[in-house]
Amino acid sequence: MSSSTDWPLWEVFVRSRRGLSHTHAGSLHAPDAEMALRNARDLYTRRSEGVSIWVVPSTEITASSPDEKDSFFEPAGDKPYRHPTFYEIPDGVKHL
Amino acid sequence: MSAALALGDDALVLSHRLGEWAGHAPVLEEEVALANIALDLLGQARVLLSLVGDEDELAYLREERAFRNLQLVEQPNGDFAHTIARQLYFSVYQHLLYERLAAGGGEFADLAAKAVKEVAYHRDHAEQWTLRLGDGTAESHERMQAGLEALWRFTGEMFQPVEGLDATGSGVDPEELESAWLLAVTGTVERATLTLPTGPRTGAWTAGAGRQGVHTESFGRMLAEMQHLHRSHPGASW
Amino acid sequence: MAAVTADQTTQSTSGTAKAAGRAAGTAPDAADAARLAVFEAAVAADDRIEPRDWMPEAYRATLVRQMAQHAHSEIIGMQPEANWITRAPSLRRKAILMAKVQDEAGHGLYLYSAAETLGTSREELLDKLHAGRQRYSSIFNYPTLTWADVGAIGWLVDGAAITNQVPLCRCSYGPYARAMVRICKEESFHQRQGYELLLALSRGTEAQHAMAQDAVDRWWWPSLMMFGPPDDASSHSEQSMAWKIKRHSNDELRQRFVDICVPQAEALGLTLPDPDLRWNEERGQHDFGAIDWTEFQEVLKGNGPCNEQRITQRRRAHEEGAWVRDAAAAYAAKHTTPSTRTAQPAQHVEETA
Repeated sequence: MSSSTDWPLWEVFVRSRRGLSHTHAGSLHAPDAEMALRNARDLYTRRSEGVSIWVVPSTEITASSPDEKDSFFEPAGDKPYRHPTFYEIPDGVKHL
Repeated sequence: MSAALALGDDALVLSHRLGEWAGHAPVLEEEVALANIALDLLGQARVLLSLVGDEDELAYLREERAFRNLQLVEQPNGDFAHTIARQLYFSVYQHLLYERLAAGGGEFADLAAKAVKEVAYHRDHAEQWTLRLGDGTAESHERMQAGLEALWRFTGEMFQPVEGLDATGSGVDPEELESAWLLAVTGTVERATLTLPTGPRTGAWTAGAGRQGVHTESFGRMLAEMQHLHRSHPGASW
Repeated sequence: MAAVTADQTTQSTSGTAKAAGRAAGTAPDAADAARLAVFEAAVAADDRIEPRDWMPEAYRATLVRQMAQHAHSEIIGMQPEANWITRAPSLRRKAILMAKVQDEAGHGLYLYSAAETLGTSREELLDKLHAGRQRYSSIFNYPTLTWADVGAIGWLVDGAAITNQVPLCRCSYGPYARAMVRICKEESFHQRQGYELLLALSRGTEAQHAMAQDAVDRWWWPSLMMFGPPDDASSHSEQSMAWKIKRHSNDELRQRFVDICVPQAEALGLTLPDPDLRWNEERGQHDFGAIDWTEFQEVLKGNGPCNEQRITQRRRAHEEGAWVRDAAAAYAAKHTTPSTRTAQPAQHVEETA
């Protein structure tokens, strides 16, 4: 078929149970948001995998670029003082 | 007894027809959706038929005249619009009926309470597609209208009283059910820019219809296909 | 920065960069060599490659080819089994079979999605399938002649598929590996239901037992062929193993499958149609007879019993569904605000990246 009839791609996020956040489950095609939700329900929760679904047009996602990986993520690597294990506490001190 | 057969046969036969779509749906996502509906219905059929007897004996060893399903559900799939029209007419009926059965506290209340959630989804599916086909392209509009017209004459049967499903047994008033159905279907059809058909809604034959075991010609062929393997091996288990 | 992995929003940055480079007439340079080194180090370290990472064009092409073939196999594979939905001999079996065929549609969807992360649309892949320019597994060019074939497909064909697919859960390409994790979880039901179906037949009446044996006789050899040509004749294997798209050789997996099946067949009370099949104490594996690779090549070429029928049905379903897809798209255009209609495929991320 011609590309004009191509249904857009949607990313599907499923909350597997209450108390957990939505996680990316996969994608699917749908003509609009309402159908995307329904298709997602049929496809990604047919074995009781979810209690809530988000669908997002794939084109609406802005992602960091792998080329910027170093400048984005490496600077966080040399700041161990952000982690509790950085600090030494005398033996026997509790609840800290 | 006859009510369980009637409802069970509706679910069994419609599930079978939807199963015929496997591998033929207009888009992959719809393969999954139609199969979900067919599986829900098959599950309902098995519970209902088991109230009456052995599910497989009932499904595979009854003759055509012993089936109590509506003629509507046995109608061949036709194109996708035809299938959606059948889904719309039936799922709205089934949803309204099961809501009433669940609330009525009768023999089918528990079963209906569980099934009504499934059926609400079937109804939503049918309504969503009716809107998209009716208000989509000129071609889809025409096809959807044709589907509604072709199946219209099978819709009156849904509101004939069934033993065990009347006001005393289960809290269902066929007349009230019918007006609720008309209201709901009219609403969807109009939103979809379609026109509610105006012709007669029942056949003119006094012998009756599906609920009396009088079916349409294609039903015999459907049963022949469905039953042939089971019947070819009498007494075998599978 | 969005916190999500935008698997689908694709088309690698490097792809465009490279295209731009080519347009400007520059040769592959030091930057490319550096990227290749990063890629190879990641693969060597068993790290996953993700959609927007730089990757060699041949890696991308191999993945698209393999994922497409895999997805096509799932949806063509619906046909031989759907052939029996309307004749399933009990309501329990009918429910199982419908759920299984539905899963195959679902698996096709997961795999097309994974392929789309590399910038190839499902529509494009389907067009290639319909035009005969991409393959699907040859096994589905064999007919399902009796009910027992549904069992044989579950036990042998799905069994072979699982043997092939479990290692793919560790494939170097992230989206493919993730799709396979999901698929493998769901596939184990497929194999078990097939085995159980055959067991019921084997322990049933004489006619049922014969039906089961006949199905196993017909499906055994084609199932062994599913692992592909022998290692010394397999054109893609070596590179795919180096890239960790593939983890074991065809012959290794085939041997594993044979060794798994022999005791399972015994428990079924059925025989496998191979007079040369016997335990080899020395190797600690089964020896088995020679595979008829002429048949394999013929079916591959399109001369199998059902090649024409399968592709014709697939094409027809797609063509007959066109007006439905058009209708929904037209409805969406009328009723959705432009921002949610996503008229611009896949450019967006590229630009913001």
